[in-house]
Amino acid sequence: MSIDVHLTIDGQPVTVPAGTTLLQAAAEAGQAIPTICYHEHCTANALCRLCVVEVEGARVLAPACVAQVSDGMQVRTRGERVDRSRRTILEMLASAVDLSEAPEIQRQLEAYEAQPGRFPEAERREPALIDDNPMFVRDYGQCVLCWRCVQVCADDAQYTFAINFEGRGYATQIGTFFDRPLPETTCVFCGQCVGVCPTGALKPKREWLLEQGQTPDEIMALTRSERRRKQRK
Amino acid sequence: MSSLDLAALDPILAEHGPRGRTALLPALHAAQRLYGHLPEPVAAAIGKALGVPLAEVSGVIDFYAMFYREPVGRRIVRVCTDPACALAGADAVLAAACARAGAPAGQTAPGGDWTVEAAPCLGLCEHAPAALVDDQAMGRLSPADVDALLAAAGPALPAMVGGDLRVLTANCGRGRPATLAEYEANGGYAGLRRALAAGPEAVISEVKAAGLVGRGGAAFPTGIKLEGARKAAGQPKYVVCNADESEPGTFKDRVLLEDDPHSMLEGLIIAAYAIGARQAYVYIRGEYPRAFGIVQAAVAEACAAGYLGANLLGSGFDLEVELRLGAGAYICGEETALFESIEGKRGFPRVKPPFPTAHGLFGQPTAINNVETLCNLPLIVTRGATAYRQMGTERSPGPKLFCVSGDVARPGLYEAAFGLTLRHLLYDLAGGLRPGRRLQAVLFGGAAGAFATERDIEVKLTLEDLREAGLPLGSGVVMALDDRRDLRDVLRRLGHFFAHESCGKCYPCQIGTQRQAEILERVAAGRAQRGDAERLRDVGWTMTDASLCGLGQTAASAVLSAMKLWPGLFAEQPAGPGA
Repeated sequence: MSIDVHLTIDGQPVTVPAGTTLLQAAAEAGQAIPTICYHEHCTANALCRLCVVEVEGARVLAPACVAQVSDGMQVRTRGERVDRSRRTILEMLASAVDLSEAPEIQRQLEAYEAQPGRFPEAERREPALIDDNPMFVRDYGQCVLCWRCVQVCADDAQYTFAINFEGRGYATQIGTFFDRPLPETTCVFCGQCVGVCPTGALKPKREWLLEQGQTPDEIMALTRSERRRKQRK
Repeated sequence: MSSLDLAALDPILAEHGPRGRTALLPALHAAQRLYGHLPEPVAAAIGKALGVPLAEVSGVIDFYAMFYREPVGRRIVRVCTDPACALAGADAVLAAACARAGAPAGQTAPGGDWTVEAAPCLGLCEHAPAALVDDQAMGRLSPADVDALLAAAGPALPAMVGGDLRVLTANCGRGRPATLAEYEANGGYAGLRRALAAGPEAVISEVKAAGLVGRGGAAFPTGIKLEGARKAAGQPKYVVCNADESEPGTFKDRVLLEDDPHSMLEGLIIAAYAIGARQAYVYIRGEYPRAFGIVQAAVAEACAAGYLGANLLGSGFDLEVELRLGAGAYICGEETALFESIEGKRGFPRVKPPFPTAHGLFGQPTAINNVETLCNLPLIVTRGATAYRQMGTERSPGPKLFCVSGDVARPGLYEAAFGLTLRHLLYDLAGGLRPGRRLQAVLFGGAAGAFATERDIEVKLTLEDLREAGLPLGSGVVMALDDRRDLRDVLRRLGHFFAHESCGKCYPCQIGTQRQAEILERVAAGRAQRGDAERLRDVGWTMTDASLCGLGQTAASAVLSAMKLWPGLFAEQPAGPGA
């Protein structure tokens, strides 16, 4: 049995069961709150903070993906503070990584009138593309550190624990144990990390080869010759 | 790797393996002591023995600045380059050390004996400029001392302790730790005996009546925290001493631990008794190896004397204390990141709520307190709340430690009752500025703090007066900057500090600390561009409003306060030479 909680979102009264997040409650009220890292099948970690909203009486903004409703709460999903944070987060993200294959984030940049070139002389994260297995490529220059791949590889889904974090702070990158190629790790090539990646950072190898201009026949020929090479070994 | 003798690792694996993931940092520390760094086969063996996925082992190694994947010099020389040491000439010391070691900071000459690093604040601010050579603290360095520095040959650094009061610091300043006998002779462990006689509820109500609030920076009422952990459902419960003191300019907890370790221990035992915890942890930052050894010895003394262990002092109450050594991560001073670190993980702060009193270490009810806070507990229990409240003001009762550093005649640790003025602290206690110098600014509360100026000199140092003045007390940092100092350079160092220490979890802090550091670097170099002030403000307010934890929420605090006081510092500058 659930207890009902009454709150207002942008002035509109909403009643939802206790334990509902502000993100869900806002959706009930017809308010779409933008997110980047959030994925409904992954543990929400409140990383991207694009979903922050203003809660009356709170010192700082609240991440709607994890903050839960409480009785009498007054929530504002837009406003000067919220908009500045969202716009600046988007501008900073654009200054750090290649978002050209992240259409959803690009739409947010437009919606918040964020300038992708806001930060001159910004050091970008541009590591080399990693092509170390037959299934997918890793281009961490497009990685927004949403953690979804690490989570589905671990206890959100597959329990293979092949990937984790390298470095710290701005230099954080997703990686394997001592940078081992994926075939030398516990990776089972389930592909779930590729499925949840919100940008072009993880991409099926075939998609990548097609983009490189290879034809399906050429790709099939590559696969066959690779198999023969392996058999000879 | 062929020369690697993995058999030597066996005793470490045998000791730590059965304890599982929580033993990861201790195992990595032990292995690194053996091999000098943590090569891949060693990391793999540790992961297998402890049952930690290998990718997470390297993830943990990478998170902590004092763990090394690659070979380093036989000696590691960490020269502090944060503001207090920089004011005293740290850059020249670093340059001389690098020249002698034959490699730039952070690198090692082939076959080199030394790896010299520019280190974040080492908590040796009263001995600035300071360095840590392996486990040896070195102070008042000059470039001419570089041979002694690299040889780790220097005099002991007795703590500089003074003030109007000597209550918390009664046993400090001997230049060595107070022994158990000395501690007892000064009334030590009487508080614990009283607490055991009075019962847990009485202890908590006395702490509440005393009005003690946390001394780590957040000023949360300690009695409420203890009560919350006591009432929380679930066993086991834990008490944790947060000795990960890392706020630039802060060194009070180091002095307390090194000079009077039993005071913290007695407070820890009282806190454990109050909430009903049978297991306590003391998490000491990796840069405090001396304090770690001293606390370790004190725990052994306390066990032998019956203050710790099963049925302590015949009370029927059991308590074990385990020490943990950090490994170079400021973020682990954030309480939930500290829990993650004890659990053998990267020090990522957790989303709050839930709060530690209900869901803390290993997901269990936990009371976590700063060293100085714990040192107040024996005092409150022994003297009683009424006598305790004779010190300080109505709303800020008790004694307080101030870490005074920078441009004063006598940098040091000063104890006083809350309510003294900034003038009294700076001029009467710390001896004022050096001859012929004027006060330009005071950095209050550390890197996560704010600037004060001469206008604030009469402000009373209480929580209420400082809040009114818009100055954070934080961890008690008061860093004086005289009129010849370049504030842009101070800000540049603060920016670098936060960019280095951000854990990288949430976007505002992960990217914001980097962008902030880049802009401050430009400002300090005289190359501020049009719009940089506005960029700094947007980045700063976004970090303040939208970051996940206290680190990000305060990473722009000093910068935003400087922008208010001295907007001219951030104006567009004509491009300098070489721009």
